[in-house]
Amino acid sequence: MLHVENLTAAIGDKQILKGLDLDVGSGEVHALMGPNGSGKSTFAHALAGRDGYEIGGTVTLDGADLLEMSPEARAAAGIFMGFQYPVEIPGVNNMYFLRTALNSVRRARGETEIGARDFLAVAKEAMELVEMKQDFLDRAVNAGFSGGEKKRNEILQMAVMQPRLAVLDETDSGLDIDALRIIAGGVNALRGPERSMIVITHYQRLLDYITPDFVHVLVDGRIVQSGDRTLALHLENHGYADYVDTDLDADPRAAPERPLAGASS
Amino acid sequence: MSDTLREIEELANAGYQYGFSTDLDTDIAPPGLNADVVRLISSKKNEPQWLLDWRLAAYEAWTKMDEPDWAKLNIAPIDYQAISYWAAPKSKPVLDSMDDVDPDIREMFDKLGIPLHEQKMMSNVAIDAIVDSVSVTTTFKATLLEAGVIFCSFSEAVHDYPDLVREHLGSVVPVRDNYFAALNSAVFSDGSFCYIPKGVRCPMELSTYFRINSQNTGQFERTLIVAEDDSHVSYLEGCTAPQRDENQLHAAVVELVAKDRAEIKYSTVQNWYPGDENGVGGIYNFVTKRGRAHTDAKISWTQVETGSAITWKYPSVILQGDRSIGEFYSVALSNKRQQADTGTKMIHIGKDTTSTIISKGISASHGQNTYRGLVKVMRSAENARNYTQCDSLLLGKDCGAHTIPYIEVKNPSAQIEHEASTSTVGEDQLYYCRQRGMSEEDAMSMIVNGFCREVFNELPMEFAVEAQRLLSVSLEGSVG
Repeated sequence: MLHVENLTAAIGDKQILKGLDLDVGSGEVHALMGPNGSGKSTFAHALAGRDGYEIGGTVTLDGADLLEMSPEARAAAGIFMGFQYPVEIPGVNNMYFLRTALNSVRRARGETEIGARDFLAVAKEAMELVEMKQDFLDRAVNAGFSGGEKKRNEILQMAVMQPRLAVLDETDSGLDIDALRIIAGGVNALRGPERSMIVITHYQRLLDYITPDFVHVLVDGRIVQSGDRTLALHLENHGYADYVDTDLDADPRAAPERPLAGASS
Repeated sequence: MSDTLREIEELANAGYQYGFSTDLDTDIAPPGLNADVVRLISSKKNEPQWLLDWRLAAYEAWTKMDEPDWAKLNIAPIDYQAISYWAAPKSKPVLDSMDDVDPDIREMFDKLGIPLHEQKMMSNVAIDAIVDSVSVTTTFKATLLEAGVIFCSFSEAVHDYPDLVREHLGSVVPVRDNYFAALNSAVFSDGSFCYIPKGVRCPMELSTYFRINSQNTGQFERTLIVAEDDSHVSYLEGCTAPQRDENQLHAAVVELVAKDRAEIKYSTVQNWYPGDENGVGGIYNFVTKRGRAHTDAKISWTQVETGSAITWKYPSVILQGDRSIGEFYSVALSNKRQQADTGTKMIHIGKDTTSTIISKGISASHGQNTYRGLVKVMRSAENARNYTQCDSLLLGKDCGAHTIPYIEVKNPSAQIEHEASTSTVGEDQLYYCRQRGMSEEDAMSMIVNGFCREVFNELPMEFAVEAQRLLSVSLEGSVG
């Protein structure tokens, strides 16, 4: 469904992604792990279409060239990004924002817009998923939300948008254990044969709740190893030391004694 | 990132949709100002001697005053002798029925989206329509009179209610108050007068619609609102002008008197022609607005300023009575080459007086936006309180936002709070909205409207919708 080939991304002279390859099939959940600065968030933004990067390579979603599309066109094509730092929009009602978002993609797909009353039903269902109260919809988008509330709001939006591919960028960062459980519950409920996910995280903890089909290790702009979830457990115990040599310029693929972790995809 | 900026630039160049002019047969005075012109205006309007004397005193004062230069405005010199101080549609200015309105004028207002036919009008809003210098029609007059409310053109008020006018004219803004107020006092042409008797809640919104139509003319209106004890009124003014290459001067004075326990809510949606993207043309808007609040009275100014090449305007409240309340809610947009220097003055005199200032400045393209506000607590004002919040939003890299608060406190019991913020529209915010499927333009409009929410909430419902639409149009293409 998602095909990424030799993806490169740079800001100015700084090359961040250095030839990333990844295939995600329909209904699959892929975890993407890696040390700070390895390019995980850049990868998410490259998929979502953020301005400011020099992008090279190929990315297709269901055969369509994603890199040619504006961010909003990618959203209409079914890409949803859960932000690591959800943005505050003061004065804009959460419900209004959500309905505008949903109707924007519906319009772009040639579907009819959804009215206020029908939307409320959709929103209510989504809110139950992330255990939110009604007043959440009446507040301004992320303004004054706690860290946990912001992340739950991301999952709420995902539930409303019903994306084809969700890219969740460190959705677990800054969460206490209860919030983590709620969010993971929401994400699991949204898993389905037609929906794929890329879950970006530092910690294997999240993967106790969201069991990935595949785990990839991203180091210095490339995927250096792929495996099943036991790879994540190994990383939990050993960190990224196996990949990140004290010599930062070393080619990570040449790192010694890589663990042999389960089936490689 | 640069893509966004480029699109902001493009949006900034969106057209002004009220830029048409109507071919009206107009009675216009030759350009220039001297005592004889003041006399001419007064005699055209068949005014009593006391008012002519008042005008002449103002003219004398004006000739001895200097144009203020302290504002953060870059203005080409104004040649006061090149302006015509009297222009009026030739047909009979004061009418008894809508059917008597000149069809051309009616068509002009229809084009502006302000139908003057009572049956077609927004329900519950009475409108005084002013073209160039003269009030052409006031709607719902009879209904209002039943409630005891007087709402008419200023000229009519001078003849029909001379005592009321004489008592209050200049009582809040004296003729020597400032250069533009003195000029206005000498040559004001017309405006609206509104009187709410004791204990009366005005049954509908009152509205004045100002339209500059003629070329090379100035517009100088005078609005006077008197709310007696325990009364209540909500008032709205709107303004547009044709698109012209030269600058036109607009110098108005608004005086509000809120007696004991009275409440006046005054809302403005100002959309004078702003000039083009190179700064050619546009209205110079120099306005003095001030209210006097007596014991337990409340005066609330709400303004949405999207037009004019130059805006110089500080709607103020003199908090004279104990426990009186002053409020100022403002959205000022400076796009293209527009410059706005606007804010408020809250003068605390009475005990336990409170004031609230919420200012939202938006700068786009090459716009310059300055908030200038004074909070003054006199020695007599025990326990005065003020809360000020000034937020500036920058769209693009060539615009500017400036905040200049003045705080003078002479009583140690005062509590003054000032908060200020400057933000850019968020590349992050735009990206976030676009990731959720919204076009850049829709996203910008949503973010800017959200930024202004606290002010729009203060507007009467119909006008809040209008203000949102206006803001979107003013930013169209510019910000997106």
